[in-house]
Amino acid sequence: MAIRQFLDGIEHHFEKGGKYERWYALYEAVDTIFYTPGKVASTTSHVRDGVDLKRIMITVWMCTFPAMFFGMWNIGFQANSYLAANPDAMIADGALREAFILALAITGEGAGWWDNFVYGMAYFVPIYAVTFIVGGFWEVLFATVRRHEVNEGFFVTSVLFALICPPTIPLWQVALGITFGVVIGKEVFGGTGKNFLNPALTGRAFLYFAYPAQISGDTVWTAVDGFSGATALSWAASGGMEALETQIGWMNAFVGNIQGSMGETSTIAVLIGGLILLAMKIASYRIVGGVLLGMIATSLLLNIVGSDTNPMFAIPAHWHLVMGGFAFGMMFMATDPVSAAMTNTGRWCFGILVGVMTVLIRVVNPAFPEGIMLAILFANLFAPLMDHYVVQANIKRRLARG
Amino acid sequence: MSEMSAKKVLFEPIFTNNPIALQILGICSALAVTTSLSVTLVMCASVIAVTGFSNLAVSLIRTQIPNSIRIIVQMTIIASLVIVVDQLLKAYAYEISKQLSVFVGLIITNCIVMGRAEGFAMQNPPMLSFLDGIGNGLGYSIAILFVAVFRELFGSGELLGFTIMASVNDGGWYVPNGMMLLPPSAFFIIGLGIWALRTWKPDQVEEPDYKMSAHKTREAF
Repeated sequence: MAIRQFLDGIEHHFEKGGKYERWYALYEAVDTIFYTPGKVASTTSHVRDGVDLKRIMITVWMCTFPAMFFGMWNIGFQANSYLAANPDAMIADGALREAFILALAITGEGAGWWDNFVYGMAYFVPIYAVTFIVGGFWEVLFATVRRHEVNEGFFVTSVLFALICPPTIPLWQVALGITFGVVIGKEVFGGTGKNFLNPALTGRAFLYFAYPAQISGDTVWTAVDGFSGATALSWAASGGMEALETQIGWMNAFVGNIQGSMGETSTIAVLIGGLILLAMKIASYRIVGGVLLGMIATSLLLNIVGSDTNPMFAIPAHWHLVMGGFAFGMMFMATDPVSAAMTNTGRWCFGILVGVMTVLIRVVNPAFPEGIMLAILFANLFAPLMDHYVVQANIKRRLARG
Repeated sequence: MSEMSAKKVLFEPIFTNNPIALQILGICSALAVTTSLSVTLVMCASVIAVTGFSNLAVSLIRTQIPNSIRIIVQMTIIASLVIVVDQLLKAYAYEISKQLSVFVGLIITNCIVMGRAEGFAMQNPPMLSFLDGIGNGLGYSIAILFVAVFRELFGSGELLGFTIMASVNDGGWYVPNGMMLLPPSAFFIIGLGIWALRTWKPDQVEEPDYKMSAHKTREAF
């Protein structure tokens, strides 16, 4: 209870008229990390539920852990496999990272899972730390100036943003990306709950268009200097099914020891976290179902249409599921409760739109290898419209009923 | 608009009644011609000339124009002026006129030119209208120069073609921000500019469309 006493002791400084009145948002954030908020409902409607915004956000954050830990292992696995085959290759950018890896690795041979994990930690942790510190700075700044609370939503935004970066991304770009995501994607519209775009994806989209060389292509996914190797999506674009089966194999893509952004490679790890979210009803099964449905329908359609020149047309649905960031986007990004549609029918439409657009961008548009990011942002824009029509239709139906 | 001094008419559109930042007119060309500063400067000069002289011409014959066909008459005047400007550019600044391509011609459809002819020159004497045209041209110029400085500086590390920050491709340190060369970046810069302007001059902030009423506690029993 010492913390409670300490917090109570300093509380009066932060209340109206106190000397640190400006920093109330910061005090409130620290207080509610340790204790349940003291506010109680003052009106007649009471909802008896253990879940509040804080708990939802923390749960989502924890549900990304399987993908996160697997991602860290996979960064090391990819890099160490390459280093073992090419002894002359160098650990990518940073003597500090190299020193960290050498200090913590046990065997030094790069074989054990611990070594892989340490290697991945040396890349993921700095990126996550920069995301958290820079994004947190903006969050606190806006909360202080605008007098709203520092929201746990940022836990989710920061971890999601870090997980969809490639391991070799320069840290200043991480800082720039999360700044754009938090400020333009969220805070200018009024903060958590008022953003119509997913902030993490907004930040990544900014980097994707501003610095395409560091966030797409064949060289960025493995943290070794000079490494170059195609991702599942680029194999599919160049060689179609044949290349996918021989070069990667569905099981590898499903388990996730392939190249890709840090948290998105392992479909199974993402699904574990995602299923927990679905079971707790934090993520809407309608959105996830819609995304799957849209993806399967579109890929079946394109399979039937076929193409002589574009091998992507022949990729079946079960491959679309495991390639790129599809699973991650479906489970963690599309289900964002703020930027997705809010009505149940709207959620189905929203999900289907995401699924359809993802496959369309992947297959038909040669300019962008991956589609899920742009598809979700696109659908985010339409979510309010979908809700509007669902609500209008409901009003009409009830009026007709008399 | 009761008392209009020449000075007020000329300088008001620059910050207090900026056509881009407050009236939100002429955004289309602000996206298209702001990738490099030199092109933008030429565009500014063209727009200032066209708004100034079209306002002057419309105002001179404002009492003669039949009301029912006034838009057509204004369009004819503006289009003629734009053609003159276009020909001049082709004669004396061919390289830049190629970069501007259709956007010189599209000054005809620039909402600022039409808006000022219809909204100001039709009711005011020629000299004042001329100054209003110049002023609005200047307001437009300030806004798109602001956008162009950011876009060229961060998009390619240069200003007016001079290297300010040496880019990585030329052995320097600056990694050019590719998005700054794409049109959407102008939206972000204009938006941030409007934000800054309205923080400086809070009276430009629009009334919110609706207000949330305060939460009232009502007991059911």
